[in-house]
Amino acid sequence: MSEPESANPGTADPPDPAGTAASTPAPDPVPVAVSKAGDRSPWNWLLFLPILVPLLTPLFNQDTPRLFGFPVFYWLQLAFILLGVTTTTVVYQLTKRRG
Amino acid sequence: MWRDHLTEIIIFTLLFLLVSGMGFVAARWRAPKDMAHLDEWGLGGRSFGGWITWFLVGGDLYTAYTFVAVPALLFGAGAAGFFAVPYTIIVYPLIFLVVVRLWSVSHRHGFVTPADFVRTRFGSPLLALLIAITGIVATMPYIALQLVGIEAVLKTMGVTGESTIARHLPIIVAFAILAAYTYQSGLRAPALIAFVKDTLIYIVILVAIVYLPYKLGGWGEIFDAADAKFDASAAPGDGALLNPNNQIQYVTLALGSALALFLYPHSITGILASKNRDVIKRNMSALPAYSLLLGLIALLGYMAIAAGVTPLPGATEGSVDNNTVVPLLFEQQFPSWFAGIAFAAIGIGALVPAAIMSIAAANLFTRNIYKEYLKRDASPAQEANVSKIASLVVKVGAVACIVFLDPQFSIDLQLIGGVIILQTLPAVALGLYTRWFHRGALIAGWAAGMGLGMWMLYQIPNAASKRAHFGGSNFPLEKFGLDTPKTIYVGLVAVALNLLVAAILTLLLRALRVTEGPDGTTRDDYFADETDPRKIPTQRQPPTPTPTEPVA
Repeated sequence: MSEPESANPGTADPPDPAGTAASTPAPDPVPVAVSKAGDRSPWNWLLFLPILVPLLTPLFNQDTPRLFGFPVFYWLQLAFILLGVTTTTVVYQLTKRRG
Repeated sequence: MWRDHLTEIIIFTLLFLLVSGMGFVAARWRAPKDMAHLDEWGLGGRSFGGWITWFLVGGDLYTAYTFVAVPALLFGAGAAGFFAVPYTIIVYPLIFLVVVRLWSVSHRHGFVTPADFVRTRFGSPLLALLIAITGIVATMPYIALQLVGIEAVLKTMGVTGESTIARHLPIIVAFAILAAYTYQSGLRAPALIAFVKDTLIYIVILVAIVYLPYKLGGWGEIFDAADAKFDASAAPGDGALLNPNNQIQYVTLALGSALALFLYPHSITGILASKNRDVIKRNMSALPAYSLLLGLIALLGYMAIAAGVTPLPGATEGSVDNNTVVPLLFEQQFPSWFAGIAFAAIGIGALVPAAIMSIAAANLFTRNIYKEYLKRDASPAQEANVSKIASLVVKVGAVACIVFLDPQFSIDLQLIGGVIILQTLPAVALGLYTRWFHRGALIAGWAAGMGLGMWMLYQIPNAASKRAHFGGSNFPLEKFGLDTPKTIYVGLVAVALNLLVAAILTLLLRALRVTEGPDGTTRDDYFADETDPRKIPTQRQPPTPTPTEPVA
């Protein structure tokens, strides 16, 4: 349905620096993905941390100690946002394709 | 009376007109050579970088529902309404894991909708049709919910009337304008407007969370006022903390809503419009800024308690419209010019997601109903045209929802939509990882999940609105014959049955050697990135392929 690559600016980059099967241009009727599978990293399991921790209500379902007047229930759950950001950032950096 | 709110109305109208103008101009923003293509109209050319994606997806996921209904829930029920925070934390790692794969496979095959993917993955047009219809039906009440957000603001400004038509006229006008510029500019319109919307919202909320606690005696006072209100109320489920009976509800609702959120067609549309995998992955670290905003917005509900806000009356005699508490809080505490900005932020906040949702629903209709069943050889230009018209029809449907149904429980409408869309989880989300499920089993599982979900929703009464059925999505476990007052989120139970049926039937159908559909994808497709070439499936070959530039 779509014309190949026309819509994306910046796709006419130099060949894949990883260099493996790169310089095969596109006339091939069923082109092969050049990028090597990068999603199998065990670091991805870390992402289950921010999925599970915010669901453990006994961790945060109490009033004290308060922080700036916020009961634990509210400030700790807001703090879990940081846990989520940290985890996705770390996993992204660790699984990023080099080069 | 509206004359008392003149300043607010003028500022609201000016900002509304500004974004409407932007909506029309957006057609020329990052303009392609040829707009008559669904990739351009419906996905903004699949070219959005990090910043645009941040504003677009943020403006897409955090809707008027955020600004109006979540604080209304905290105002009414307390801690249980705070589920929105864990919900929007959980969703990002899930997108990081799952939806990135959908981006890759869609990039390779030119998919526009999740149903496109299911069609190719499982070789089943019927399953794809069910996924598409589910998406459209789930999106309709969600668009309607956006209208409720605008309506709450208009009501507070006194723009209301006695007859049904007079009360809804401003919304009908607003939506007609929205429909016109969405028709012209496609996804570029909400992408451009999102910059204004999100900037306004961040300003309003930052001011609100500094200024209002200062005026109301500090955060400690605000939480104590909420405590006092819930202690005094007779309702068993409320409180500033969870009680033993609503914790399962809280957890299942947060998880179920997160799973539902990224299955919604409009979330997928927003994400497929980004230009590569890195843009998505980096945004999963940046988008939670909106979750912090959402958590703080939720607490506006408690500020309304501390400020002694009384909600305006609802549509029916004797009921109250809790959705008006945040607009009323702003109006009571802020000078009227700033209240006007805040109201505009909410109003525009409703337009961005409404536009994206109608585009997503229109794309589903075009790709999976029109092209599949009505006109197989539709050209890209015809596809774009059909989508534009379908987006108009979807908006008319959403307005009809609001005019003819009771908008009081807008959040429940959305929760019902969530139950429905969750039933696409096995085919769409698990389908990205495994093709183990048989297509017939997925169809049966979908039917079982929908059936159970609808039955459970039907069984739920609502004490506040005195309705016997469809009163919410908290299912009392005692109706399963268990001796407990605990409740659970319907969607998660329904999708569990869905998975169970799909698994058992897969084993059965495989034992009976029932034919499976062909899988049009390969393993590498799920990791493909921007620089990888597209595959063009034979049945979707455009009539005149125009190779524009060599692919490296």
